[in-house]
Amino acid sequence: MGVPIQLEVNGQTVRQEVEPRLLLVHFLRDVLGLTGTKIGCDTSQCGACTVLMDGHAVKSCTVLAVQADGSSITTIEGLAQDGKYHPVQEAFWEAHGLQCGYCTPGMILSVVDLLESHPSPSEAEIREGLEGNLCRCTGYHNIVRAVQIAAEAMGK
Amino acid sequence: MTHGNGTRGIFGSAIKRREDPKLITGRAKYTDDLQLPGMAYAAILRSPFAHARIRHIDTSQALALEGVLAVFTAQDVEEAGIPGVVPVGWLLPTLKTPAHPILAKDRVRYVGDAVAVVVAEDRYTAHDALEAIQVDYEPLAAVADVRQAVEPGAPAVHEEAPDNVAFTWEIGDREGTDTAFQQAAHVAKLDIVNNRLIPNAMEPRAALADFDPATGELTLYMTTQNPHIHRLLMSLASIGLPEHKIRVVAPEVGGGFGSKIHHYVDEAIVSFASMKLGRPVKWTATRTETYQTDAHGRDHVTTAEMAIDGEGKILGVRVNTYAAMGAYLSTFAPAVPTYLYGTLLSGEYDIPHIYCHVTGVFTHTTPVDAYRGAGRPEATLVIERLVDECAHLAGMDPVELRRRNFVPPDKFPYQTQVALVYDSGNYEAALEKALEKVDYQQFRREQEEARRQGRYLGIGFSTYIEACGLAPSALVGQLGAQAGQWESAVVRVHPTGKVTVYSGSSGHGQGHETTFAQIVAAELGVPYEDVEIVEGDTEAIPHGWGTYGSRSAAVGGSAIATAARRVVDKAKKIAAHLLEAAEEDIVFEDGKFYVKGSPDQAKTLAEVSLQAYLAHNLPKGLEPALEATAFYDPANFVFPFGTHVAIVEVDPETGQVELKRYVAVDDVGNVINPLIVDGQIHGGIAQGVGQALYEGAVYDESGNLVTGTMLDYAVPKAHFLPAFETDRTVTPCPHNPLGVKGVGEAGTIASTAAVVNAVVDALRPFGVTHLNPPVTAEKVWKAIHGA
Ligand code: FES
Ligand code: FES
Repeated sequence: MGVPIQLEVNGQTVRQEVEPRLLLVHFLRDVLGLTGTKIGCDTSQCGACTVLMDGHAVKSCTVLAVQADGSSITTIEGLAQDGKYHPVQEAFWEAHGLQCGYCTPGMILSVVDLLESHPSPSEAEIREGLEGNLCRCTGYHNIVRAVQIAAEAMGK
Repeated sequence: MTHGNGTRGIFGSAIKRREDPKLITGRAKYTDDLQLPGMAYAAILRSPFAHARIRHIDTSQALALEGVLAVFTAQDVEEAGIPGVVPVGWLLPTLKTPAHPILAKDRVRYVGDAVAVVVAEDRYTAHDALEAIQVDYEPLAAVADVRQAVEPGAPAVHEEAPDNVAFTWEIGDREGTDTAFQQAAHVAKLDIVNNRLIPNAMEPRAALADFDPATGELTLYMTTQNPHIHRLLMSLASIGLPEHKIRVVAPEVGGGFGSKIHHYVDEAIVSFASMKLGRPVKWTATRTETYQTDAHGRDHVTTAEMAIDGEGKILGVRVNTYAAMGAYLSTFAPAVPTYLYGTLLSGEYDIPHIYCHVTGVFTHTTPVDAYRGAGRPEATLVIERLVDECAHLAGMDPVELRRRNFVPPDKFPYQTQVALVYDSGNYEAALEKALEKVDYQQFRREQEEARRQGRYLGIGFSTYIEACGLAPSALVGQLGAQAGQWESAVVRVHPTGKVTVYSGSSGHGQGHETTFAQIVAAELGVPYEDVEIVEGDTEAIPHGWGTYGSRSAAVGGSAIATAARRVVDKAKKIAAHLLEAAEEDIVFEDGKFYVKGSPDQAKTLAEVSLQAYLAHNLPKGLEPALEATAFYDPANFVFPFGTHVAIVEVDPETGQVELKRYVAVDDVGNVINPLIVDGQIHGGIAQGVGQALYEGAVYDESGNLVTGTMLDYAVPKAHFLPAFETDRTVTPCPHNPLGVKGVGEAGTIASTAAVVNAVVDALRPFGVTHLNPPVTAEKVWKAIHGA
């Protein structure tokens, strides 16, 4: 009873039959083995599962795999290009914007999207912009710094 | 990034973490990321009732579902003949220790109590099958509130404790304290609630058990802060396999904050399932399950009093606390509201008389155990609230009252009236630095001015102390621990001079791979890049006690430094032999050995190491190879301290509290990596602010967890918090080789009290003397409007 879907994941075309109820996050993790995308809740609050879908941050626990048919997905594994980290990845490393790292893939992808729409956000805009992503380790202080560093680097 | 001046300068240097590349690229593997060939998935059926009798369980419909491999209940555990209970690891003289079966037998005692486990070919089927299990429950009366649970006639959680009293415990001098109170000019008396908290590590708990029937060996990958403790307890109590047949591995672990210390039923259940099926079985908690089953924190109801004389000198402190244990005794639960709480009630102050009585109480709720700070935030809130209230009664500035009562710098070591000996401290220095940063006098002027305009600003202080770096083993043994608290390290120099270090600490976000390598690079004078750190695998590492209680740097790091120094001692002997000199004449500097006065004829550590392994030409009687093991047992706790200051503005119309500034001056001794230390403080502050303003687990009358999801329980978001202003003073620990203390819990221990004090300060014009956390807008509004 699988439904055939075709989508692009990190630049590669993927064709697969999936159960209609399969969540995109489980498709990425369990079917494709892309375990960089995390699961932190069952009420779409935490943002650990955030990926880019056609360039926009979505919580992949709120999307069915079949709904992703025809789309282009970027997960954390696909963010670095040609062995070079994305400026947001660099900035998180530089600013110590992560501790346990569990929120980090989702956080980084949310920030990529945020900086896309707000290239030079204020501190308040950054904090509001991260509303959908929870971090229990950092107190957000260094995540905010990381976003500022990334914004600066990307603006150059 | 700077490495300071050579490898020795690396200790103290703010280098970027080496663990980050795998984390920012999604390559790190956490437990739920692991897949083994033939792996099946488990889901656990949990009680929907806080208290009920199980009349009957029918698993037939679940078993009939396609893809379901097995369903196990308490009966299967019993028939298998394994011990099947999880133990408590800290005993008190009066403690009642009812059994905690891994699957509930005929009674469930909290919402979330495990009743059955389904194993299926995939996750979805396993969860579907839960709904097909029919359990015939007979609901019974339940009690969730710690005070109601000890009222006469309250429903008993366990037959062994008909009055729900798990233990009573006291510390200090009751009569002396009562007498001291009679001399008081003022007595502050407050009813203080330390609200129940849910830890919320972002990675839910998970376990992947792989039992090999051919060898009889169980490999268990799990979310743990202390793999060896899990192995020990699994062997002794829950599963009963011999210890050498169990291997526990901590893959990447996504935060713990205490919640991954304890031995839960879940890892025993999946291990049992794997043993029965001979297949790897993985279980991962949903967030709903973590809310119901991760051991909660705090949940104290306290009556606290402080007596002062006419000059503002503290005469005595008297505390009576009811502390919830929940439905069962979690691993270290009895220690938290006793030895980690009552012993901290002297704060930073020279207090001549203290008495504390604690009643541990069973309730039909999730078990309560160590959560970041564990006992010490509770004590800090009590003491720091009392100090503020005393200042108010005496008409004194709260800063001045603190100053008058600090243990002065020349009084260390200082014996408190509640067992601890503070080894060092300079409380006034941290306070002064914090006052300067907030410009205290200026703030008071602004506050007055604002009040005239109908705006309510408040400032709150928390001049805190903590005892961490757990702990001298003989001492904790006397206090009831069924565990040692030393730490192990192996420093192995390879023939090429590269180094691998095996540590009994087990990090889960703290950056040990970076800081421990900094320690070793500094000790051995080798490049930082040449040092590898291995943790979190019982097969690779000698016994260790893991990471909690801010012990990794102070105890784990000290073990590493001790082992590294032993390596240098041995290498020195070999170098002396090679250089044909007396050992006493050998100088070791920047990774090189040379005869005093001839630095140009040096042997590097790598050269010496190669000779140590070739063993062609070693000093007589010296064994080959170059490695050392240390089992470091600390001489005392370590005592970080500092001053945290919160500035808030309260909107009298809505009751909304805005945290405007947060200043933290901490003294955590010598700092290995400032970047990581600051990060630990930030995260700690956020959790303490969470307790103060946002977080609180709420149960209804019948024991349902009302705050059962992230929708109802407010884990702080980025915009709930300000940027933090951090600074330090440095008072090195006098009794460990690195002069380090601990930093993991300091922020949490200090911050709740600072924020609550700030809100009360803001509301003084309304006659408010106390508010219990979480200080929500609703509570504030009611306090202002006298509702
Ligand atoms: S897993 Fe939490 S929002 Fe998707
Ligand atoms: S780094 Fe651990 S949750 Fe964000």
